[in-house]
Amino acid sequence: MTEAMRVGRGSLARRAIGRGAVVWRMDWLLLGAVLALSVVGTLLVWSSTRTWSSIEPTAMAKKHVINLLIGLALYSAVAVSDYRWLRTYAPVLYAVALVGLVLVLTPMGSTINGHHSWIMVGGGFAVQPDELAKPVLVLMLARLLARPSERDKDRPRALNVALCLVLTGVAAGLIMLEPDLGTTMVLATITGAIIVLSGVRKRWVVAGILLAVVAGVAVWSLGLLKPYQVARFTALLDPSTDPRGVGYNSRQALVAIGSGELFGKGLFHGGQTTGRFVPEQHTDFIFTVAGEELGFVGSVAVVALLGVILLRGARIARTCNDRFSALVAGGVVAWLAFQTLVNVGMTIGIMPITGVPLPFVSYGGTATFANMTAVAVLQAIHLRSRPFSS
Amino acid sequence: MTRLRGRLIVLQVMVIAMIVVLVVRLWQVQVVQGSRFVTVATETRTREVRVPALRGAILDSSGRPLVRNRTTLVVSVDRGRLERMPDGGAAVLRRLSGVLKVPLPKLKMEIRACGPGVSRPCWPGSPYTPIPVATNVNPRAALQILERQEDFPGVTADIQAMRDYPNGRDAAQLLGYLQPVTQSELEKREGLKANYSGVDLTGRDGLERTYDAALRGTAGLRAVQVDRMGKVITVDQQSDPVPGDILVTSIDAKVQRIVEKSLDQAMQEIPNSDGAAGVVLDVKTGRVIAMASRPNYDPRVWTGGITEKDYRRLLSDKSGKPLVSRAIAGEYAPGSTFKISSASAMIADGESLHGTFQCPGAYTVEGRSYPNAGGMSLGAISLHEALVKSCDTVFYRAGYEEWLRDGGKTPKSKVKEPMPNMAKAYGFGRRTGIDLPGESPGRIPTRAWKLDLYNSTRAEMCRRAKIGYPEMKNESRAAFAKRLANENCLEGMIFHAYEAVNLSIGQGDVLVTPLQLARAYAALVGDGNVRSPRIGWALMRPDGTLHKEIPVPVEYHLPVSDETRTYIRKALSEVPSDGTAAGAFRGFPLNIVKIGGKTGTAEVYGKEDTSWFASFAPADNPRLVTVVMVAQGGFGASTAAPAVRRIWEGIFGLGKGDNNKPIQPALPDGKPVTRLPAISRDGTQ
Repeated sequence: MTEAMRVGRGSLARRAIGRGAVVWRMDWLLLGAVLALSVVGTLLVWSSTRTWSSIEPTAMAKKHVINLLIGLALYSAVAVSDYRWLRTYAPVLYAVALVGLVLVLTPMGSTINGHHSWIMVGGGFAVQPDELAKPVLVLMLARLLARPSERDKDRPRALNVALCLVLTGVAAGLIMLEPDLGTTMVLATITGAIIVLSGVRKRWVVAGILLAVVAGVAVWSLGLLKPYQVARFTALLDPSTDPRGVGYNSRQALVAIGSGELFGKGLFHGGQTTGRFVPEQHTDFIFTVAGEELGFVGSVAVVALLGVILLRGARIARTCNDRFSALVAGGVVAWLAFQTLVNVGMTIGIMPITGVPLPFVSYGGTATFANMTAVAVLQAIHLRSRPFSS
Repeated sequence: MTRLRGRLIVLQVMVIAMIVVLVVRLWQVQVVQGSRFVTVATETRTREVRVPALRGAILDSSGRPLVRNRTTLVVSVDRGRLERMPDGGAAVLRRLSGVLKVPLPKLKMEIRACGPGVSRPCWPGSPYTPIPVATNVNPRAALQILERQEDFPGVTADIQAMRDYPNGRDAAQLLGYLQPVTQSELEKREGLKANYSGVDLTGRDGLERTYDAALRGTAGLRAVQVDRMGKVITVDQQSDPVPGDILVTSIDAKVQRIVEKSLDQAMQEIPNSDGAAGVVLDVKTGRVIAMASRPNYDPRVWTGGITEKDYRRLLSDKSGKPLVSRAIAGEYAPGSTFKISSASAMIADGESLHGTFQCPGAYTVEGRSYPNAGGMSLGAISLHEALVKSCDTVFYRAGYEEWLRDGGKTPKSKVKEPMPNMAKAYGFGRRTGIDLPGESPGRIPTRAWKLDLYNSTRAEMCRRAKIGYPEMKNESRAAFAKRLANENCLEGMIFHAYEAVNLSIGQGDVLVTPLQLARAYAALVGDGNVRSPRIGWALMRPDGTLHKEIPVPVEYHLPVSDETRTYIRKALSEVPSDGTAAGAFRGFPLNIVKIGGKTGTAEVYGKEDTSWFASFAPADNPRLVTVVMVAQGGFGASTAAPAVRRIWEGIFGLGKGDNNKPIQPALPDGKPVTRLPAISRDGTQ
């Protein structure tokens, strides 16, 4: 063993736990909220899947824990690393994600739980490329828009904005072919948020919003949406339109959550959950399990924990020193906030039914990895945007 | 960076706003409306599963089964669940079709709801109950369905009891049948609702219908927690089903068989006959020992759902509507069998029982001659001989004179109408009240009836009298019809002399059912009480103990003196030996069992005569009354009387059987079973 290696090891240990080390400068509130949600999520996944098999009631919960552990490993690696390498490799990651999205549409893609968005990778594992697309798009757009315009340091280059729209369009287009309206909406939100944050002129923002509205109306009136997608929106306006179909899901979700009342029926004691009246209740509708079994108190706690992550993320974005970091952090916050709103909102009847998981709570490996990586990036930005010595 | 930071603050504010919105909405859903959703959730989650009770058997007077249960594997489909599936359950039905080896289109037809334009096969029952699509399923297929519930959501296989008829077609109309309870029936029977389970059948006709409530029992109730697929997770509470009572009837399966066989032979002899009926009554109790009707059908067609073809056939004119029991619903002119009533009326109206009566070959009323059958002329005879030889002119005269005494065409304010009133006293012209649905009242024409008829048809008749019948093709027939309408318009209220004359011998507008005639004879030769006949004898609990004996109501006593009744009975006792039925009873050992009876041959416009024989035995102390009617059967003496003879031979064990050996009496000495049968715990005899 050479001297240099020993010194290196010593310095690594010091960097980790010494004075002013990573451990002490980390945003513990952010990590704490993530860990708390992961624990709650594991319990809810357990509760909602324990009736699947009488032999092994914890099978899904165990798989979820494994996913979380892999996610936490990813988190640790990304959080302590110099996240700026992500900026360098963003185009490569984007290309990989696109290949994944294309593969989904080939015979390699498979359908799980009615969503055709998976690639089987063997050994019973499956990857969901559209979940990967979310963080990758954040990085890619932030990289493009971080480069300021030559005339105004606070604004992005017009050409890059256009390029962003094209890149998003390609990814979103592939996802719409699956089809997955929810993820498409998430990507659109990420893109919109990062472009706005990057400093485009207000009139362009207004024009963009108008364009989005016109596009929305056009898609609606030209009948580009599939009937079931339309039904999800109409069911939101009037749940009685289709009580057996989409209305059924939204109605059952509302009944499950409402019946939790103030304190809930207790973990593992939700009758609606046990009876599996709400579909997809370990993934997209996991919030109904929280609502029924943990009550108003529990669901507010879940929303509050998500709020902590989002607000810490926003704070990190505001305190960083460069455009790239701020845009990445802002993009992550917009992404997770939108998913929280849509996911919780659809279960309580204020959002249309779309297949969007609840961050850190829903079952799903790829989504867990993506979310963990995203908060890890937030953490890494946090670590590097503060002076080393207090 | 300042612009970026500024916009990040906006993002932060939006996040806070979002959290506030979510929390407020959660408060609204979980705290404000929470209790309402708790109720909804409980309703969605709990199901009341009804466990059907075993339907009680129907036994004969000795405890032999007339209807019993047999178990079978039944596969049922929950249509509501299928409809909730994205493909409307098409995939499930396709798989089911493969497992059951039933063609898919047939399966689809069976689960659609019956309604206007949708005829069988279809489901006539409640849309919220599982629809049985296959019975007698082999256990392997049933097991496949139960084990692979994920492939067959909404499909169940279970053991169900089905009705079984050990005696084949015997007494089919009397026993009745079961059909799925309809939604409207369910709603109507609020109190009984809980007693119907998903596959509930309800008695639609016959004893099954009359005693439905008792036979049905009480369904068990299980409150269960179910999941979205309707799978039971836990059982909250349970009450066991209580099997239905066993109905013991007064029917004697052996006698029933004899009557059925006798009618079959009669129908064979008269291929043109469109119906026949046989009734055997216990004179002392008024209970029904046997009752049969032709045409008949095999009641097994109802078991497990009737096919379109069978159902149409049962209701069609071509099949002769075999669901209709001619014994209680068939209305026919009784002919001379009616003379017991006319004779009673004459005596009650003051004529002497021991007087002499003129029996000319014909009797002339208002210029029209009414002849005896075959122009028979006997001179001055007793009432006894008038009955034995069935002399019509004796009764024509009496009927006409009574009509005159009531004022003839211009009736007095208070008419006596002895013959119609006596007929009513014998129970004609109104339902007997037997414990069967679908009974017909028959008809006794009176002056009041004529007036009612006139008042209800006058408008139409008078209109036709004016405009005629231009839609009729045949001009002479149209002219005749117009003349008739004119006549009816002007004097349709008048009760004519010919109507009184026809009534006296059970012709014209007189209509009776075979059962009415049987109970009239039972009242005459028995204790003089007119009873409402009963088939149900007792309801026994499934453990064999007596629940309730079913009494035979006595309606009233005949307004006929015992002397007159005895006189008429004695006269009728000579009919098989010396009277109109002598030919039919030639060679019958009347010295061993003396038979009494009266033939009847009723003319029917446009058809062959209706053949009747009303009989009782033993003639000196009657225990049984037997009536046989064969529509279009010709003379009473030639068709109905031999049929009755065969029945008596079977009951008393007279004559030789098929293999030329002496036959065993079905009822030794003609005595019906008087004690209820002992029934063991499992409900068999």
